[in-house]
Amino acid sequence: MELLKTFAAHYNYFITIFLMISGLFIVIARGNLIKKLVGLSLFQTSVYLLYLTPAKILGGTAPIYEEGYKLYSNPLPHVLMLTAIVVGVATLSLGLALVVRIKEAYGTVEEDEIFAKDPEAE
Amino acid sequence: MNALSWGAVEPQLPILLVVIPLLGALLTTFLRNSFMAWLVATVVAFTLPFISIHLLVSVLETGQPIVYKIGNWEAPFGIVYRVDQLSGYVLSVIAIIGAVIMPFARRSVAAEIEERARSWYYTMYLLCLAGLLGIVITGDAFNAFVFLEISSLATYVLIALGKNRRALLAAYQYLIMGTIGATLYVIGVGLLYVVTGTLNFDDLASRLSAAIIDPGQRNAVVTALGFIVVGLSLKLALFPMHMWLPNAYAYAPSFATAFLAGTATKAAIYLLVRVVFSVFGVGMTLENLPIGEVVIVLSIAAMFLASISAVFETNAKRMLAYSSVAQIGYITLGIAIANQAGMTGSLAHIANHAIMKTALFLALGAVFYRVGSVLYSDISGIGRKMPLTMAAFAVAGLGLMGTPGTAGFISKWYLAVAAIDDGMYSVVFLIVASSLISVVYIGRITEVVWFREPSKAAAKAKEAPLSMLIPLWLLVGATIYLGFDTRATVGTASEAAKMLLEGVQ
Amino acid sequence: MFTSLFATLQNMAPEDLILAALLIPTAAALLIPLFHRIPNLREAVTLIAAVALATVTWSLYPHIIGGEQPELKVWEVAQGLTLSFRVEPLGMLFGLVASTLWIVNSIYSIGYMRGNNEPRQTSFYVCFAVALASTMALAFSANLFTMFLAYELLTISTYPLVTHKATPEAMKAGRVYLMLLIGTSMVLFLPAIVITWATAGTLEFTAGGIIPIAGENAVSPFLLGGLLFLFIFGIGKAAVMPIHFWLPAAMVAPTPVSALLHAVAVVKAGVFSILKVVVYVFGIDALTTTSANTWIIYLSAFCVLMASIIAMNQDNLKARLAYSTVSQLAYIVLGAALATATSVTGGALHILMHAFAKITLFFCAGAIYVAHHKTEVSQLDGLGRLMPVTMFAFLIASLSIIGIPPLGGTWSKWFLALGALDAHYQFAMAVFMISSLLNTAYLLPIVSRAFFKPLPGIANGEKVAIAEAPTACLIAISVTTLGCFFLFFYADFALDMIKLVDFTGAQTNAASSPAASAEILKGASNVR
Repeated sequence: MELLKTFAAHYNYFITIFLMISGLFIVIARGNLIKKLVGLSLFQTSVYLLYLTPAKILGGTAPIYEEGYKLYSNPLPHVLMLTAIVVGVATLSLGLALVVRIKEAYGTVEEDEIFAKDPEAE
Repeated sequence: MNALSWGAVEPQLPILLVVIPLLGALLTTFLRNSFMAWLVATVVAFTLPFISIHLLVSVLETGQPIVYKIGNWEAPFGIVYRVDQLSGYVLSVIAIIGAVIMPFARRSVAAEIEERARSWYYTMYLLCLAGLLGIVITGDAFNAFVFLEISSLATYVLIALGKNRRALLAAYQYLIMGTIGATLYVIGVGLLYVVTGTLNFDDLASRLSAAIIDPGQRNAVVTALGFIVVGLSLKLALFPMHMWLPNAYAYAPSFATAFLAGTATKAAIYLLVRVVFSVFGVGMTLENLPIGEVVIVLSIAAMFLASISAVFETNAKRMLAYSSVAQIGYITLGIAIANQAGMTGSLAHIANHAIMKTALFLALGAVFYRVGSVLYSDISGIGRKMPLTMAAFAVAGLGLMGTPGTAGFISKWYLAVAAIDDGMYSVVFLIVASSLISVVYIGRITEVVWFREPSKAAAKAKEAPLSMLIPLWLLVGATIYLGFDTRATVGTASEAAKMLLEGVQ
Repeated sequence: MFTSLFATLQNMAPEDLILAALLIPTAAALLIPLFHRIPNLREAVTLIAAVALATVTWSLYPHIIGGEQPELKVWEVAQGLTLSFRVEPLGMLFGLVASTLWIVNSIYSIGYMRGNNEPRQTSFYVCFAVALASTMALAFSANLFTMFLAYELLTISTYPLVTHKATPEAMKAGRVYLMLLIGTSMVLFLPAIVITWATAGTLEFTAGGIIPIAGENAVSPFLLGGLLFLFIFGIGKAAVMPIHFWLPAAMVAPTPVSALLHAVAVVKAGVFSILKVVVYVFGIDALTTTSANTWIIYLSAFCVLMASIIAMNQDNLKARLAYSTVSQLAYIVLGAALATATSVTGGALHILMHAFAKITLFFCAGAIYVAHHKTEVSQLDGLGRLMPVTMFAFLIASLSIIGIPPLGGTWSKWFLALGALDAHYQFAMAVFMISSLLNTAYLLPIVSRAFFKPLPGIANGEKVAIAEAPTACLIAISVTTLGCFFLFFYADFALDMIKLVDFTGAQTNAASSPAASAEILKGASNVR
């Protein structure tokens, strides 16, 4: 019961960890270059949650320094994650661009087929 | 006019170190003419060593770090740039390598990159340079992540534009591994932020010492350390997380390989040292946890296994790439031993290895420029056709072997002394035995290029152009010079080591 | 004019002479490639440099015999790693041998290389000059770091010489040469230096040794023995078995190179380094009082005999001479290992005596190859009739190696044997004697074959035209042969100098007050 309570109170962290692990798993286990990128994105997304969940305060507002606004969320992690999202988008788009070029060069986006065509690339 | 006087500019130097290459990158984006782009990149690259050396010298003179507050925000709230003995030293290494190779770039890039992409290639180069310098100069953990990603994204492009289609795959693999590494690092930083509420390195250090005593927070701190160390180990290619490196170096354009081999992993090593020693404090990280021992074992494994891979390689660039993995093992070994001699040796080797490896890759770049290949079968006998280039290669190779009279010997000497100071006699023999393997792989390529009959491709080659020979021989000259005058390397490195080890013993 | 030049040189400060000795061969190495297209001028550079170097080293001799030990401190590379040179008697002796023989060897090289139409002669002479520069640096080194630097440079500069022929065989020999010499020096010699630095706090060669065997930082006899092991095998150039393979392998090189390896520089650099390490790093007293040297006495005695026995079974002339060198080097190592003043004197003298005898033997082997392209002992029947001068020189040099008066080799054997008695190792004396018999057994049959067996295909009484090697080769051979005689009568010049070696450190200790030596000890511990 106690365990369940802990779980329920920290469910956001468990979601974070689930996303993190599944993302990493996809990157490692999948041979399709696009799916790897999907996994990588998932992995990066888990970080956003990791930063944001402790920063958000239930019932809190945006940080407005004014009478009547007592409870507000920590703005810094939100800003940090804005940057991280930009980085993530850039990485994903560059990765996809590379996959397009790989498809042009090898005619496939499956890792095993590429290595079959070009064993030394491994 | 007063605004531009030296007195007004000097305090802004730390930020200029990052802003100048960023602006240069912006400028090159709009230049259609690749020569103009090269010119801009060269001018930018040549201003940076002056700035970084000026910063380093003033830090060494005063003994006090230079702290630059961006937007004048005080330390824990705003981002600060901080130049101390360590960061000033690594900044100088990166800036000098970044500048010296520019004369080489023009012909090499013209030969290996399509006309329409050439200007943008210099954009990517300047972005990468800005990112690497940013990693080293920033005093903020998250800012370091951002710079890490700026340099990495630029690096992926630099690699992907190699002529061989394998370059694409190598870049893709590096992108996956690099992103995982950077994300692991940022996870660790996030955990630290949750525990301490700060991202400033200095502030983190002071708050962590309180947090580590609290049993509720200790686990979070240790986990954060684990994430950061593993993440950065991926970026710096610590064995066995080096799998991305050989192909990335082998198939990237020659210019990119020479630049990255000298600088990219060094910046990651810097960040690891900064976090482990300045933030966590070596007392906590290396004594209560077996991280030191693990890194020592992995370093030694790198020194042997990567060197052995290099012996059996038949692509000269891949051979040197494996050698890089082994040499990184030397650097991490000294860091893990974590005494004065060890840190000095490792930090000195950051500069020494950067110089020697860049020289070796430049020599191969010149060969690629003339022959169009770096496979042993194609470059056999090239020594007789390009004697100056290959003589430089041989001398830099001697440095890599750690022959006395070259920079490589100095690093090795300090590492061996460090191992003995810690009573690890067996490690001394492992260090020297692994450098014996480097004799084998350097000896093997020496035989190929000097003693075999010229291959068809090599027979038609002639000596490399002067624009390639000059940077090459400059670096080779430095390899010898730094084997005799070690004030710049060992002198600075020992100051930095003293500073790193001071707070924790 | 020459005498006035010599007088000027003698008036020069000895420090400048040291510098000149290092710079002359270096300058030659830089100048030779400029005259790539004019062979006569190129060879002239080599000859002038050789004569100049010998003149400079001989001008240093009066200073040394006068008890001076001039020092040239160049640069402190890093803490404890100083690039500095000091001429002490042992180094002076080795420097004299190397620089004098370089003249002879250069004359011979010119004859040999031209006679054989060898390719790549320019790079040959460049490497030769670099090798000499490193030899001089090694001879005059004042500390282990400088010695190591010169030692490695010598290996690297001689590698292209060993592989000069660029045949697969030469490549293979080059690989063995490089791996064994660089390998042992990196894996054993370098750690030995690091450990010395860690225990002694200095790398300077000091009379009486630097490794503490008593007092606070004392090194245990076990570690001392281990350290000696690292030095003896780390200095692979001394070719102590089982690190001797490179020497027979390297005989594929042209004969002048073999002469360089066996007499002028390489192996002599090895045994010289061992002598210097024993005398100035360990100190002979430290070795005898701790008995750390016992095992190496037995090992080198074994080498002396074993290598001689192997030499007897070699048909290839150069291989036979190579194994003979392995055996003779073990004499010197044994002399060092016995660790008495007399035995070390014998060892040092043997560097000189063996150098002259062995270079003659190799010159003869080379002359036989140039004139008749013969390499095997069994092919030499009756050759004495075709090459009387060469074979007579061969005989004289053989007798010197065996140690028969009136030839130089007598003295070194005499002192080595006396040293064995001094150290109370009678068996070592027996080893020297038995080995002399073995020397006779593998050298003299070559001579008797050449003089007493008939030439194949020619009747005994028939007249044959004399067919000797090029004149340059003959001049070189005659000079070194005369040297063997000369050294018997004038060995004093070397002996007087070796007497100046301060074996116990008593002279320096007497000079400095106890307070000063305490200060030194304190300094040593501060470094740690």
